[in-house]
Amino acid sequence: MPGAIHAEGLVKTFGDVRALDGVDLDVPTGTVLGLLGPNGAGKTTAVRVLTTLLQPDSGTAHVAGIDVLKRPNEVRRSIGLSGQFAAVDEYLTGRENLQMVGQLYQLSARVAKIRALELLERFHLADAADRPAKTYSGGMRRRLDLAAALVVSPPVMFMDEPTTGLDPRNRQQLWEVIEELVSGGTTLLLTTQYLEEADRLAHDICVIDHGKVIARGTSDQLKARTGGERVEVVVQDRDLLATATEVMTGFAKGEAKVERQMRRITVPVTGGAKLLAEVIRELDTRGIGIDDIGLRRPTLDDVFLSLTGHAAEEADSDEETPGGSGPDAATGTGTGTGTGNGNETEEAAR
Amino acid sequence: MTTATATDQTLAPRPAGGPLQAAHDSLVVAKRNLIRMLRIPEVVIFGLIQPIMFVVLFSYVFGGAIPVPGQHGSDPSVYRNYLMAGIFAQTVTFATAGAGAGIADDMHKGLIDRFRSLPMARGAVLTGRTIADLVQTALTVVVLSIVAVIVGWRVHNGVFDTLAAFGLLLLLGYAFSWIGALIGLSVRTPEAATSGGLIWLFPLTFISNAFVPTSNMPSFLRTIADWNPFSATVQACRQLFGNPTGIVSHAWPMQHPAWASLIWSVVIVLVFRTWSVHKYRTAAA
Repeated sequence: MPGAIHAEGLVKTFGDVRALDGVDLDVPTGTVLGLLGPNGAGKTTAVRVLTTLLQPDSGTAHVAGIDVLKRPNEVRRSIGLSGQFAAVDEYLTGRENLQMVGQLYQLSARVAKIRALELLERFHLADAADRPAKTYSGGMRRRLDLAAALVVSPPVMFMDEPTTGLDPRNRQQLWEVIEELVSGGTTLLLTTQYLEEADRLAHDICVIDHGKVIARGTSDQLKARTGGERVEVVVQDRDLLATATEVMTGFAKGEAKVERQMRRITVPVTGGAKLLAEVIRELDTRGIGIDDIGLRRPTLDDVFLSLTGHAAEEADSDEETPGGSGPDAATGTGTGTGTGNGNETEEAAR
Repeated sequence: MTTATATDQTLAPRPAGGPLQAAHDSLVVAKRNLIRMLRIPEVVIFGLIQPIMFVVLFSYVFGGAIPVPGQHGSDPSVYRNYLMAGIFAQTVTFATAGAGAGIADDMHKGLIDRFRSLPMARGAVLTGRTIADLVQTALTVVVLSIVAVIVGWRVHNGVFDTLAAFGLLLLLGYAFSWIGALIGLSVRTPEAATSGGLIWLFPLTFISNAFVPTSNMPSFLRTIADWNPFSATVQACRQLFGNPTGIVSHAWPMQHPAWASLIWSVVIVLVFRTWSVHKYRTAAA
């Protein structure tokens, strides 16, 4: 049975850039799909297509069982959109924003009013309900934005980088809200650059880069794919780095990664704690002093690195952009990841 | 997810559609834009200062220097009465740059995306904006009329004709706000919408009968001025107000200015509304 969000063969090009290059997605009802990728990978384009904001060049998409291309207005009744590209009116108060959105979802004025109050309380905005949204902090604005997406309790939610630009405390709070939402049965498609976020919130993860899905599976499955554990050593003396690398390679099941500046060597291994003890002994025998050593299990960062050839964080140059909605993001990635989201949208505006 | 409340049963969006929903949605958006105007009163105030400045400058600086052909004597109050319809028309059209800037701002901030993801009537975001602008324009016109009366402007044809003239002015302003909407949807920044929304208004309002009689223009410019929708409204207002008209050209719009003004405005609304709504539906932030 196709899921609450189901897309096949989505293609969207902006000029020469293939923002989506044959993307298939399936999100079973009541689950969370984390769409993971660097800026410009096509995450936002995918969300825009699925939320009826953008017509794909080819492919099909169904949301809540409704054809996105043929009956967009019916899809709009069943979805909520929040994050990078959704927004609130900063001159309206929190209450006015929510009431307006409610009425535009075709709720009666009375119901929209009651619902606005409920959401303001639930998102801890009741005290600020009658202040213009421009006086809100970044975290409050993001909560208001999320509340606006939840006005009709839509069965399917889309969140485009919901926590980009938030401080750790606000990020934590928003995660709790999202978890509560999902436990209530909402189907969620979440795009993110934060692997920790995908790890925590998503049942399934889809890694996309250059408009293509390059891996999918659960967080554990993806970690298993990158091939298990590694030993990481930081040596005291940079001059001994070469010798240490030689020692480490002797234990390795693959190529050693050397970060000269950090005096750090990482090698893939099997054998766990027992092997770690052997490595320490061998290094000691050779007289190589160490600052730190440890056994590391793979993180989604490693998954990302091994899949795309570059780390997710490298591509994320605007991590601390206030408000996080900057369409000017994705500059100077230094990794040649192609078009940024900013470019995508500018292209689309033509 | 939420604890059960009275609203849970009623949260399903009402199936809707058709002109009733379009009107409802447009009013919701218009209300939003009017609230914004109240919260940013500077915009409204600057919108008022400019035409008042024009009235004073044109009346007292140009007033004595520009004779109105066909009118005897050099009484500056003749020019003032001639001028006023032009200032009114310029005011309603200059207000349209605001529509463009507002819509460009909404695009820039992602609000248009929010609206486009909601199950609302297609043209409502733009219609709501143009309705709110119309309210602001009407307010400006009222204040401007009072200033005009203070500097010596008078109407002579009774209440009905006067209201008809104001009706044509507001209709022209409404029509032009749809051109502003299209500009707002077509540019990338609110700043570009403001300047882009203004520059074309200068030739439009100056190559017309608004400030000087067209009879002294080169024939090429005179033809443009005679067929300018802006001139038709100005001429219609002069006639309806009972103000001096100067020597009137034989071109059809100048002979039937009220009809010409009405037809022009309706055509502009139809063309630019259709175009703007199409652009809105395919727009991306």
